[in-house]
Amino acid sequence: MQNWIDAYSWINIRFLLQGLWITILISVISVVLSFIIGSVLGIIRYAKIPYLSKIVGFIIDVIRNLPLLLIIFFVYFGLPAFGFKPDTIPAAILAMTVFESMMIAEIIRSGILAVDVGQMEASRAMGMKMSQAMWHIVLPQAYKKMIPALVSQFISLIKDTSLATIIVVPELMQHGQVVYGQDPNYIIPVFVAMAIMYFVVCYALSLLSKFIDRRMA
Amino acid sequence: MIHLLTSNWNEFISGFGWTLLSSVLALFFSLIVGSLFAILEVVPNKFLRIIGNIYVEVFRNIPLLVITMFFYLVIPLYVVKINGFTAGTIGLTIYTSAFIAETVRAGINSVDIGQMEAARGQGMTFWQAMRYIVLPQAFKYVIPPLGNQFVNLVKNSSVLAFVAGFDLMYQGNAIASQTFDTVNTYIIVGVFYLIITLPISYYMQHLERKLA
Repeated sequence: MQNWIDAYSWINIRFLLQGLWITILISVISVVLSFIIGSVLGIIRYAKIPYLSKIVGFIIDVIRNLPLLLIIFFVYFGLPAFGFKPDTIPAAILAMTVFESMMIAEIIRSGILAVDVGQMEASRAMGMKMSQAMWHIVLPQAYKKMIPALVSQFISLIKDTSLATIIVVPELMQHGQVVYGQDPNYIIPVFVAMAIMYFVVCYALSLLSKFIDRRMA
Repeated sequence: MIHLLTSNWNEFISGFGWTLLSSVLALFFSLIVGSLFAILEVVPNKFLRIIGNIYVEVFRNIPLLVITMFFYLVIPLYVVKINGFTAGTIGLTIYTSAFIAETVRAGINSVDIGQMEAARGQGMTFWQAMRYIVLPQAFKYVIPPLGNQFVNLVKNSSVLAFVAGFDLMYQGNAIASQTFDTVNTYIIVGVFYLIITLPISYYMQHLERKLA
């Protein structure tokens, strides 16, 4: 029989919530870093700078098409061969950031492409420089169009942090494993609790994204 | 690196095979399950619509790893002993079907409502109209997003490594820990994944541009 009452003792729930906190922390740090790096890479790819854009585009495509789990392994077990040995949480953040930057770069590029080309042409005709037109005219419109895609990318990022359990990052999934590792009768209750925690965070974000989308439309 | 590849060729190829097999199986089943739930989300019956909605929202917002580990640990406890490959493929199917349901539903909604009305006006039942008129048109719209789902599926199949599913990632880890050559092993594993994912995603980009 599954032991729901003992599984949901305050000590266990608090331990899971601590895991959730680390999950959110890793996700937020990674998404902020990825947003900055991704914006730069996305614009470089869009700008069609000779050679540079092609190379950046190829790197983006390669990393986007690899499993995140492989990147986590590479950062945690592969980088020490180059003399750089990150701790578990920084390793998770680094791996997430590398992967998410490329995903966000693609979102940014397609967001910019979705802005009518006349906007850029008109700004250039008004005497703006390429960078000014990008910064003041095109990007604000592009970001508005990208909000739903960016939020759903953020949701996948939160879900993907669970993969970091494999390098023993103390996030929600890992804390869950610790709790049900005490007693097989905790398995179902702990999975239900973990599922609810992930669901609440992710679903709230998706509702928020729908709300913003409707407000802006 | 060449030596690493040739001396572990069998492991890499068998991992590649299991990854491909689980992805294809999960795609096949999640297409069926996903389409069913997509239809549930657009039927006139409100109760069925709510069921469809709950399924999609629940499984889209829970990590794949949680779903997979749940099946890996719970099914053997109560139902039947299953191996990691089966548990992983079930997890992949359930997770992906929720995304496919969303994609297919968007495809159904993009078919002009007049098509359904005209079919119903001709005396077809809702299901006949869905099956013969709406779905065939919807699938045209959803091919590029479905291709992208398949790419995600191949990448996501790496969670099989958590449940000893003998996939590429699992074999890669085994080789890495035997040879201590982590960097080159993971690079080879990455190339094997790219062999599947890169051509599909380039082709889907091409299709998207052509259909747009």
